[in-house]
Amino acid sequence: MIPERSINVVCISSLLIFSLASHYIGEPYFVTLATRIAIFAMAAIGLNLVLGFGNLISFGHAAFFGFGGYVSGILATHAFNLEPILDWPVIFIGTSDSIVIWIFTIALCSVFALVIGFFCLRTSGVYFIMITLAFAQMLYYFAISWPSYGGEDGLSLYIRSSFLNIDTMNGISFFMICFFWLILSLYLTSRIIHSPFGLALRASRHNLDRVKSVGITPFRIQLVAFIISGVITGVAGSLYADLNRFVSPSLLSWQMSGELIVFIIIGGVGRIYGPLIGAIFFVTFEQIFGSYTDHWQVFLGLLIIVTVLFARGGLIGFLSGSRANE
Amino acid sequence: MTFELCVEQLLNGFQFGFMLFLMSAGLTLIFGVMGLINLAHGSFYMIGAFSAAAVSAALGSFWFSLLASLIFASIAGVIVEIVIIRRLYDRDHLDQVLATFALILLFSESVRWIFGAYPLYLDVPDILSGSLQIIGGIYYSKYRLFIILVGLLLAIFLFFLIGKTNLGVQIRAGQHDREMISALGVDISKLYTFLFGLGAALAGLAGALVGTIQSVEVGMGEPVLILAFVVIVIGGIGSIKGAFMASLIVGCVDTMGRFLVPWILMSLTDPSTAMSIGSAIASMLIYVLMAIVLIVKPTGFFGKGLT
Repeated sequence: MIPERSINVVCISSLLIFSLASHYIGEPYFVTLATRIAIFAMAAIGLNLVLGFGNLISFGHAAFFGFGGYVSGILATHAFNLEPILDWPVIFIGTSDSIVIWIFTIALCSVFALVIGFFCLRTSGVYFIMITLAFAQMLYYFAISWPSYGGEDGLSLYIRSSFLNIDTMNGISFFMICFFWLILSLYLTSRIIHSPFGLALRASRHNLDRVKSVGITPFRIQLVAFIISGVITGVAGSLYADLNRFVSPSLLSWQMSGELIVFIIIGGVGRIYGPLIGAIFFVTFEQIFGSYTDHWQVFLGLLIIVTVLFARGGLIGFLSGSRANE
Repeated sequence: MTFELCVEQLLNGFQFGFMLFLMSAGLTLIFGVMGLINLAHGSFYMIGAFSAAAVSAALGSFWFSLLASLIFASIAGVIVEIVIIRRLYDRDHLDQVLATFALILLFSESVRWIFGAYPLYLDVPDILSGSLQIIGGIYYSKYRLFIILVGLLLAIFLFFLIGKTNLGVQIRAGQHDREMISALGVDISKLYTFLFGLGAALAGLAGALVGTIQSVEVGMGEPVLILAFVVIVIGGIGSIKGAFMASLIVGCVDTMGRFLVPWILMSLTDPSTAMSIGSAIASMLIYVLMAIVLIVKPTGFFGKGLT
């Protein structure tokens, strides 16, 4: 049995080494692949905060992923076309500066998560699953039928947004930016989980009445966790828009929400590095099976069913032989 | 806008509502009795539509294709229940969501493998094509009236089954206390398999009926599944009565919204803006409705408390 800590270190360093090696042997495709893994992992890390540690099964986190993507896509498009987003009270023509885009993404995603969380957290259990799904669908259909930003066809971006003096169109530079965000979100999750706030969040998944009896309002704890979670997933979405230079309603689709859950479960629920390992596995699986057959999702489906039925600790649980840290 | 158009849209709303009822009845029963959240319910809708299309292409008979949708969807339901779903009843919702999500991938991709990626079309039989004159010179599609009739008959059948028969007593008892009814000698595992098969058959029939007006394609089940979720959340999970009322409300609100919202906006702005903004707002209406219901009553109209 391998200690969980070693598995984590191996995973994060192998992602870094893989992309650097691919860059030096001149395989930009693999660098992009590693970037995708980093972004998907980050999106799922956001979801894991509420799903893994708070037991709030959000089936609508694609809403944040896509929302973040559209925020950065819309800002960058306006900046490129020089069409102001706002004429009044101030003229604002959008921006292609990554730092400004991230600040906007974080601010708007928190407001968006506050609104969705406020409604959804009034419910629990299976109602929560369905209402988060419904909110994500609402945004999905809105994005499809709203014609200004491409509607169903999506929105193409001409260039990645700039970051300091770094050439973001260079694959490995962009990977390093995403990798930095991945490390940051892992660190942030770990700090949150071990803080008094995280303790209250983890306690609320077990016994709501006891949490209440010590004077904590679970709703507030869960709402704050939901907002942080939405912001992390939203920033990941913004990076994903930049990576592909394309945003479309498919980022908001329920399949996306499902895939984010799949990353978490394959890696192992309630583990900080679970989503990373799940994302590495998922993308590798897609590459290998996808090269043999277009119908690789049949095998993915079978694999997930087997994981759910027989390997409940996910990959980390399987490798380390330990139960999730509750 | 004329009165005739309004009546026609209202009937379309009812027709849509009855279809949603066929989907959500199975979903709400499966959740109410087995405590299972089944995302793969939309796959039975798709299986029903595809088996109807295959049988209709082979035999050329509409009625046989409807029968085929019932048979194949229920067989698929029973097999899935015995092989996989049965192991999920005692699991938490997360495992159920994930396993049934995986089933969607499995079914959708397999159907694409077998039938290809192109949509199939079903024909309306001669006896049901054309339109019928209803009250006051208004004409309405015979086939859509037929769907309303089928939905109504099945609703009556379900209310009878659950309210008046021995089996219904067992189902209702199962919603309250599973252990007690198995202690009383009811074979609970057979009851579950039967219910799951019944739910799948209803979904399959809905798929075949709707597939005839729209097209039969991979992924057709999921949008309907999500609407059915909205329905059972509004109606209260586990309640057939709630599912019935909420289906008709959701069907009418959605259909009338798509028709009325752009029309109302047209008096405020120019037509093309009104159409685009209107359709964007209309597509969100039922979700807004659901949010309002949940604020007023977090367990839906007929829900029995949270699980």
